[in-house]
Amino acid sequence: MNTPVRTFRSYWQVAPLSLVLLCFLVFPILTIVIVSFWDFNAYQLLPDFTFDNYAFSLTSDVTLKAYLNTFFYAIATWLITLILGFTVAYYLAFHIESNLMRNLLFILCTIPFLTSNIIRMISWIPLLGRNGLVNGLLTGSGMVDQPVEWLLYSDFSVILAFVHLYTLFMVVPIFNAMTRIDKKLIEAAMDAGASTLQTIFLVIVPLCRSGIVIGTVFILTLVMGDFITVRLMSGGLSASVGVLIYNEISLLQYPAAAADAVILLITILIIFSILFRFVDIKKEL
Amino acid sequence: MSQDDLTHTSKAPSSDSTSPENPSRRTLIKAAGAASGLALGSGAITGFPMVWSQNIKNVTLRQFGTGVSNINAIAEKAKEDLGINLQLTALDSDAVAQRAVTQPKSYDIADIEYWIGKKVFPAGVMQPLDVSRLKNFDKISSLFVTGKLTEDSTIAQGTAPHTVGFVESKESTKFATEPTNWMTLIPTIYNADTLGIRPDLIDRPIKNWKDIMDPAFKGKTSILNIPSIGIMDAAMICESMGEIQYADKGNMTREEIDKTIDILKEAKKAGQFRAFWKSFDESVNLMASGEVVIQSMWSPAVAAVRAKGIPCIYQPLEEGYRSWGGGIGLAKHLSGLELDAAYEYIDWYLSGWVGAYLMRQGYYSAAPSTSKAFMSENEWNFWMEGKPATADILSPEGKLMEKAGAVRDGGSYMERMGHVACWNSVMDENKYMVRKWNEFIAS
Repeated sequence: MNTPVRTFRSYWQVAPLSLVLLCFLVFPILTIVIVSFWDFNAYQLLPDFTFDNYAFSLTSDVTLKAYLNTFFYAIATWLITLILGFTVAYYLAFHIESNLMRNLLFILCTIPFLTSNIIRMISWIPLLGRNGLVNGLLTGSGMVDQPVEWLLYSDFSVILAFVHLYTLFMVVPIFNAMTRIDKKLIEAAMDAGASTLQTIFLVIVPLCRSGIVIGTVFILTLVMGDFITVRLMSGGLSASVGVLIYNEISLLQYPAAAADAVILLITILIIFSILFRFVDIKKEL
Repeated sequence: MSQDDLTHTSKAPSSDSTSPENPSRRTLIKAAGAASGLALGSGAITGFPMVWSQNIKNVTLRQFGTGVSNINAIAEKAKEDLGINLQLTALDSDAVAQRAVTQPKSYDIADIEYWIGKKVFPAGVMQPLDVSRLKNFDKISSLFVTGKLTEDSTIAQGTAPHTVGFVESKESTKFATEPTNWMTLIPTIYNADTLGIRPDLIDRPIKNWKDIMDPAFKGKTSILNIPSIGIMDAAMICESMGEIQYADKGNMTREEIDKTIDILKEAKKAGQFRAFWKSFDESVNLMASGEVVIQSMWSPAVAAVRAKGIPCIYQPLEEGYRSWGGGIGLAKHLSGLELDAAYEYIDWYLSGWVGAYLMRQGYYSAAPSTSKAFMSENEWNFWMEGKPATADILSPEGKLMEKAGAVRDGGSYMERMGHVACWNSVMDENKYMVRKWNEFIAS
């Protein structure tokens, strides 16, 4: 099988993808890594080899706070989207009998995605504001005397927006994993006397592990790399790593931004390498 | 429109020897002014002793700069009057500064703010303008020439435009201490910024910058999160609170920056701020929705809030305004016909139509006296003289800005521009300041 001709041919087959990845992934990342060692002043990048950018980032309280904030957002969002995503997927996969209905409902889940991210985010603002609909309802019905301030421009509103934006990224892979579970396994579990909860946690959850992990990867990368949701929904009051990087870019401090981006990339890679220890995605797919 | 009105603004510039008044031209302006206003096409300004050259037709000039004055209507009018094609690129101010220095071949005309010019010009990528080639030079407000609006005005802190307005010679990149024949940027647009308030939600008079820190407005204030401008507003606040006395708010020392940021951090911790805004729209929404009742604001944002039928005042404050100014300059590579065209364009810029257009948006024209001919008496009195509008005030696009009877916040040109406390600037400790500012935002 492993004749030279055959090897040669398979090289040709991987060439297009390799080229695309090389040009649009490896090369940009290499550039970022290189620039992260450069120096800069107000208006210019100065090619150099300095660890200043890293030294500043790694020793600054701001970075630490931003990372803690980012982890907080990421974990909170992950937990909520996991519970929501799993429930929705479970309902779709096991409770809806007809295939047509299931597909229809699934498409229904994607409808919010027909509008842009930003619109979906901004639409919360008039809803949650001091004089917004929710507060109008609360004060109008006499449930509270003063408008509730923490609804908007707070951690609450940031996480709310994340959950709203990204739950589907959890639903889809879990739903996908669930539909491939052999129904007979569940019947067997029932026949063996397992309760519904036992069936869920002992049979279904382990079998959609790959879906959960893929969903987790989506959520973590999206939340940890985000800057606009945090900025808009916290009213600029709190900073995530993405916001720090964005600030540096807008001030043309590209080397500092590049260094922060490299640190973030490494952090996320470490998290994923731990995650993939638990689940061999390739095998499970 | 009387002779008095004209001299009110144009006399001040004439107070020094570099801006001689030409009496005959004065009469001509008056004549053009009497013909009044809006409908004046290029044909009607034949009163001016200038005929736009024909040979510059179809020359293309690439202008880039910040959004405020990179307006398509100006390019269209330039095409109509001069025949030149103006290609506009709008970027944010940091990107403008970088591009001006690093890609000098990519533009012909730079439309930049003076504090950007302070960094850009010494890099040697631009050429100064020979003011003797500009017919309208003597119409430029003295604010940009001597730095003084009137004889006895004091010069504000920060990067005052006249301090970076001239260089010593054609080849020099060193800023001259007094007006010369070589101007770095021809001023185009400027304004005085202050705090915006919601008078319907505030039940006491607002007089000082420190009022934004009043515990009564806890959770209902905002400042802008653009470090170079935000730090200036913060300095105005700290100085007003009596916490810090700055030697120069436009060029703080590290200790001054530290102290300022500490005060901001404390206020943030105490929940004084509802949000920080970065874009124009955000500031409008914060104010219009009642999330904040007092905040840093830009003049057109106040107009936008009012346009929604919501009361909003651009509150003049005792300590004065934070001001900014922009101008257009020539790229070094410009020569020959294109250079001629650029001179024609800049002279045209000063000749009134553009100034009137900008003034109708609430900014000021660098050559107010020429703009007068292109504004109705009502418009001029409202925007420049601070008098009550006798008829509705419309924006250049024809949208209603103010109803008849309204008076401009802060009053007349003299009152507003005469009370500038500091100019937008770039500090020597810029990098340090930005880092501290990030700390404040992340805290």
